[in-house]
Amino acid sequence: MRWLPVWQRNLLVWRKLAGTSIIGNLADPLIYMLGLGYGLGKLIPEMGGMSYLAFVASGTVCYSTMNSATFEAMYSGFSRMHVQKTWDAMLNAPLSLDDIVLAETMWAASKSLLSGICILFIASLFGLTQGWLWLWILPIVFLIGLCFASLGMIMTAIAPSYDFFMYWFTLAITPMMLISGVWFPADQLPAIVQTLAACLPLSHAVQLVRPLMTGQLPVQTLLHVSVLLGYIVVAYLIAHTLLQRRLLK
Amino acid sequence: MSSPPLVVTDLHKNFGDTPIVRGISFSLAPGECYALLGPNGAGKTTTLRCCLGLTEPTSGHIMLGGEPLPRRAREARLRVGVVPQMDNLDPDFTAGENLLVYGRYFGMKDADIRARIPQLLSFAGLEGKENSRIQTLSGGMKRRLTLARALVNDPDLLILDEPTTGLDPQARHLIWERLKALLARGKTVLLTTHFMDEAERLATRIAILDAGKLIAQGTPREVIQTHIEPDVVEVFGDWQNGAADTSATGTAADWARANAAQFVERFEVSGETAFCYAHEPAALLAHLHAQHGLRYLHRPANLEDVFLKLTGRELRD
Repeated sequence: MRWLPVWQRNLLVWRKLAGTSIIGNLADPLIYMLGLGYGLGKLIPEMGGMSYLAFVASGTVCYSTMNSATFEAMYSGFSRMHVQKTWDAMLNAPLSLDDIVLAETMWAASKSLLSGICILFIASLFGLTQGWLWLWILPIVFLIGLCFASLGMIMTAIAPSYDFFMYWFTLAITPMMLISGVWFPADQLPAIVQTLAACLPLSHAVQLVRPLMTGQLPVQTLLHVSVLLGYIVVAYLIAHTLLQRRLLK
Repeated sequence: MSSPPLVVTDLHKNFGDTPIVRGISFSLAPGECYALLGPNGAGKTTTLRCCLGLTEPTSGHIMLGGEPLPRRAREARLRVGVVPQMDNLDPDFTAGENLLVYGRYFGMKDADIRARIPQLLSFAGLEGKENSRIQTLSGGMKRRLTLARALVNDPDLLILDEPTTGLDPQARHLIWERLKALLARGKTVLLTTHFMDEAERLATRIAILDAGKLIAQGTPREVIQTHIEPDVVEVFGDWQNGAADTSATGTAADWARANAAQFVERFEVSGETAFCYAHEPAALLAHLHAQHGLRYLHRPANLEDVFLKLTGRELRD
């Protein structure tokens, strides 16, 4: 548990800036969820067997978790590693790079969990959750967070500057969001795009979260969870190796 | 204090095909202050990184506090405090929070760290600054806070990488005084610097590092005695060549090229100043006294003279 003090350090910084951080983290997904849900919802009576607002709400949980973990691992992680040299200070203490990378990944996932919880809470206020199965979304949100935090750490490990992260957003995150069933069902997309989406983690996240939100058990739960776990393990190992190469050369 | 604080044996470190450290050996005795001197790019920081287990040596052995590096680096660093070249305090925290958070990295309990914070801040001359934000501290205060942070675990060995670079004289003197206080308490100190006066003031022993090799080692006095003539006469000003002929003038450099060799064993010209190194400077001084226009400064040789003799006067970038 040597990583815990590093996680606590990030928590302490976050607590100081929590006000603006929560508003910033929540406002964007909420505006999309309510704007699209109510606006388009007037034109679309139902989608995938539920109200469009409910459809978008479950997509928003996944998308805001992904965004929050990605931002934290890339922009904030890069600040601590490269700009403020916070990691250098930690490496002079009895911490190893393993402790730091684990703590940063856990922290980004924790922060994204908070973001997911907030969206879920608001969705439940709007009556968009049914039964109690949706509580299972919480551990799944944490997995989604770990997955995108690990992927983000790979980008942090190879980034020369902040500008680099735009590539990841425009070439990976945004296209993935559009083909993974966040805003509309993916099954109307061309077969090749569907195959591509099936290889990416976000569609598996959506297929776990959406049924749970309306009180149903997901189909192929094991497959979806395994894909998320696989991405976490592989991305984490790649990020760890690249960071080792960058910082301990 | 059974094992020596640090033992480095035949350390080599290459970056790719470029050798940065080329076979250096030294060891620290408990309670001493050892200074690594060297121009930029000599390999000082790389050596320190190896000594902290932050990079794997290409070959050679390092024992830090009795632990072999880099395998047991984390355990070894429990008893070490580090002041890095660049301040990396947490800008989002107060001075007190910086110490608290850093102490946790050593596995210390919050209550134990909090109990140490007042004495650490007072040692660093930062009483009453516990709740100050880092941005409100001056450069010297940040440096002292970094020193206090390095002491949070009450280390046996303190490693400082250019601790006073960029500080004004007041701030430098305060850091020196604090380091002397730590030495008086029995701490061992390893520092790098390119300020010779800093090394001469603080260090029990010094080593001069150039191009990855230790080219001189010993007490400051030994190094001066071994490597350079005891007296230095710096000559500068305009030289009027012969008292009668006032039209023929030159620089101290012209004077040196024409005359210095007959009075001293060795001289160097840097810009318009001549440095004459002598065992017996009396004849030279008498000659200089008779010259018109030339001014001179006679002083004992110091570490900077040795450093410049051994590493050359060209700029290092």
